[in-house]
Amino acid sequence: MEIFDIFLLEAVVNGILLGGLLALLSLGLNLIFGVIDVVWICYAELIMIGMYTVFVLHTQYGWPLVAAMAAGVGVVAALGAAMHQFVIRPVLAAEPINQLLVTGGMLFLLQAAATLAFGIDFRNLGVRMTPIVVGEMSISAPRVIAFAAALAGVAATWLLLTRTYIGTAIRAISQDRAIMPLMGVNPDRVFLVTSALGGALAGLGACLLVLQYDIHPAIGLTFGPIVFLICVLGGLGNMLGGLVASFIFAQFISVGGFFLHIEWGYVIAFAFFIAVMFWRPQGILGAR
Amino acid sequence: MLAVSNLSAGYGSFQALFGVTLEVRAGEAVAVIGPNGAGKTTLLRAISKLIEASAGEITMEGTRLNELPAHEVIGRGIAHVPENRRLFPRLTVEENLRMGAFSARRKFAERLRFAYGLFPRLEERRDQPAGTLSGGEQQMCAIARALMSGPKLLLLDEPSAGLAPVVVQSIFALVKRICAEGYTVLIVEQNVQQVLKVVDRAYLLETGRIRSSGAAATLAASGEIQRSYLGL
Amino acid sequence: MKPLAFAGVALLALLPLTGIGNYPLHLVIMCLLWAYVYTSWSIMGRLGMVSLGHGAFLGIGAYAVVMFWNHFGLSPWIGAPVAVLLSLALAVVIGLPCFRFRIVGHYFALVTLALSEVTRLVIVALRDYTGGSLGATPNTALAQGNAWSLAAVQFSDKWVWFYVILAVWLVGLWIWARVDRSMTRLALEAISQEEDAAASIGINVTRSKLFVTLISAGMTSIGGVLYAQYQLYINPETVSGIGISLQMVFGAIAGGMFVMLGPTVGAVFTLLLQEGLRLALGDAFKQFPALDLAVYGLMLVLFIIYMPKGILGAALEWRSRLTHRISISNSSPSIGGRQ
Repeated sequence: MEIFDIFLLEAVVNGILLGGLLALLSLGLNLIFGVIDVVWICYAELIMIGMYTVFVLHTQYGWPLVAAMAAGVGVVAALGAAMHQFVIRPVLAAEPINQLLVTGGMLFLLQAAATLAFGIDFRNLGVRMTPIVVGEMSISAPRVIAFAAALAGVAATWLLLTRTYIGTAIRAISQDRAIMPLMGVNPDRVFLVTSALGGALAGLGACLLVLQYDIHPAIGLTFGPIVFLICVLGGLGNMLGGLVASFIFAQFISVGGFFLHIEWGYVIAFAFFIAVMFWRPQGILGAR
Repeated sequence: MLAVSNLSAGYGSFQALFGVTLEVRAGEAVAVIGPNGAGKTTLLRAISKLIEASAGEITMEGTRLNELPAHEVIGRGIAHVPENRRLFPRLTVEENLRMGAFSARRKFAERLRFAYGLFPRLEERRDQPAGTLSGGEQQMCAIARALMSGPKLLLLDEPSAGLAPVVVQSIFALVKRICAEGYTVLIVEQNVQQVLKVVDRAYLLETGRIRSSGAAATLAASGEIQRSYLGL
Repeated sequence: MKPLAFAGVALLALLPLTGIGNYPLHLVIMCLLWAYVYTSWSIMGRLGMVSLGHGAFLGIGAYAVVMFWNHFGLSPWIGAPVAVLLSLALAVVIGLPCFRFRIVGHYFALVTLALSEVTRLVIVALRDYTGGSLGATPNTALAQGNAWSLAAVQFSDKWVWFYVILAVWLVGLWIWARVDRSMTRLALEAISQEEDAAASIGINVTRSKLFVTLISAGMTSIGGVLYAQYQLYINPETVSGIGISLQMVFGAIAGGMFVMLGPTVGAVFTLLLQEGLRLALGDAFKQFPALDLAVYGLMLVLFIIYMPKGILGAALEWRSRLTHRISISNSSPSIGGRQ
């Protein structure tokens, strides 16, 4: 009985750790949507590119891990900004669905590019760390690091958005885009910075994921939909909602996977999502 | 300071202004009055480049504004307080003021002190979301936000709109005080009586054209305004 | 226009008699099948309800028939209606709250995306029945030299399938046309422009949207049924999930989803793209995996930016602009002074 409880506790703890990571991932997506009103369908693919960047720099070019990760964040940030400038900006004035589809096209493109460059074999960073043992629970070290880094990322973003001029401008533009020029702010520049920030958050997420999981061109399809669901669950564009939803969702996955097969954990989480959609489609913290 | 000559502007196929010419000299307070739909808001938006003029020229202290992108107008010393206040509702009062100082960050602290000196009520509410303020307080905040950039020319779009009569009085008293502080003001208003007591000169705008202009007192006395408003 | 259409269909119907090879016939069949699926999607898509989750209905259609046949010995004649009912039920479960709460645009797209992913996940999770990611094959009913099995809906002669799918494609177009001409379509266009105004003049927004959604979902699931029975191999990635859902959207949009034959043009286009690349690159195609995916993605991006009405839509628009110009020059008085 005691062992049963401990493993359940372990599942709960793992759920919390996973929740932190998902919170970071959802933050970037919510930021982009809340400010620019665009959904990056290829968000997970950007993360995938970040993961490959870290992998290549570290294992093939021998960069120190931290340097490779910093580069990973930079690359995805640049990719996000470039995507906004060349792909999204031309359709910003068109129907919202066009923006969705254009990022859908990017999804294919990025997957294909990764396949062409790296092939379809699973790659792994090969970083091994001894698990952290707390009492009778065994927690994976990368997961704890990821959680800490994710929280740091969220905190840094919050500070940026509330304590800096550009951060305040980012929040302002999501409330009233039309009068931004009257403040002397070029809306295009704010969107570009926001895109870079969203990309940077995705890049940070990539660094954390690459510590724990294998890399494959199509992995975006595995965690991408989860991130979307979490954002919708929390209220699309609502960063706080995304955080809340992340932890709830992660618990469903972790504890559900504990009682049943791990895949069913996902199914339960998704079913929970559909149930919430039935009750409150605008999301838990969404505005009506 | 500000010279508008033969300005035409509109929205898509709808033209709102037809060859408008006016000027505002340094230190002056000038009003543009006219009935609903005359094009007053369009005029201010054309000056601050929120919309592009289709013809005519706008110059500020000799520099042409026509080719300037909208977000550079504030750098030329023109600050626009838009119609309906347009505060950022979920930013606090102080964050709104910070946005006003976006183009002049170095002077933020001193300008903030000046703004709070002018509007002590805003200082009381500095951490409140701007959307929760009363109409009059919002107008004060909007004007303060515009002043944060240290403008030479202040464009005010119907500052008294939608406010209770008592509050309207205080708004116009405020405008008078701003003029006294040395700001040049171009104010667009429907409330003719009150605004003509505050400004030096005024233009009468009717369906996109300047009907007449002159010293405030003269215009107030003539019957032109009543005729214009009543459609005679 | 009508006689031309009849002639075209008649010509098409004669195709198997031309001695066309098995592989080209297979391509035509797949083309028509996907054309039908894309058309089913566009019935919803053109009216402002862009779903990224039609993979769910396709997957349900495909897996339901195969599972019923393999595990319960129930013919697809029973399995298919069950599949359709399941799809309709799912469409209601998601559609009703979404439409009632006015969930549109991005939100709706993402909720539907969730749907297709849930379906895929459930299919994979039920691997003891479905075979999981390895896929599934309907048990063959064509033993001992039987070329046809009507009960199992399995035919080894491709030309039979050709006529079946040709007929289904035509029916799909007919349904598209009927919806196009119905009051529902007018109602929905009003809705997509200004939902509150439409509701205020008495248009039952929820019911109209649900109606079209059910049609689209049901049609798509039939497409899944046919795919499973024809290909005789299905796996979760090819019939459900976001990949195939996006492909449907792309196909309909590339061809032009506001025109009846648009999605068909889209299907032809994507097919030509795939086959064209295969031919052009030959062996190199194998060396560069996912090249068609890359071109696909690039085309999608370029299409949305430069040709959002799709190939057919843009062509029709260009033609109408041309005829408009001609008619003006014919009717206006000549300037040279000739009366």
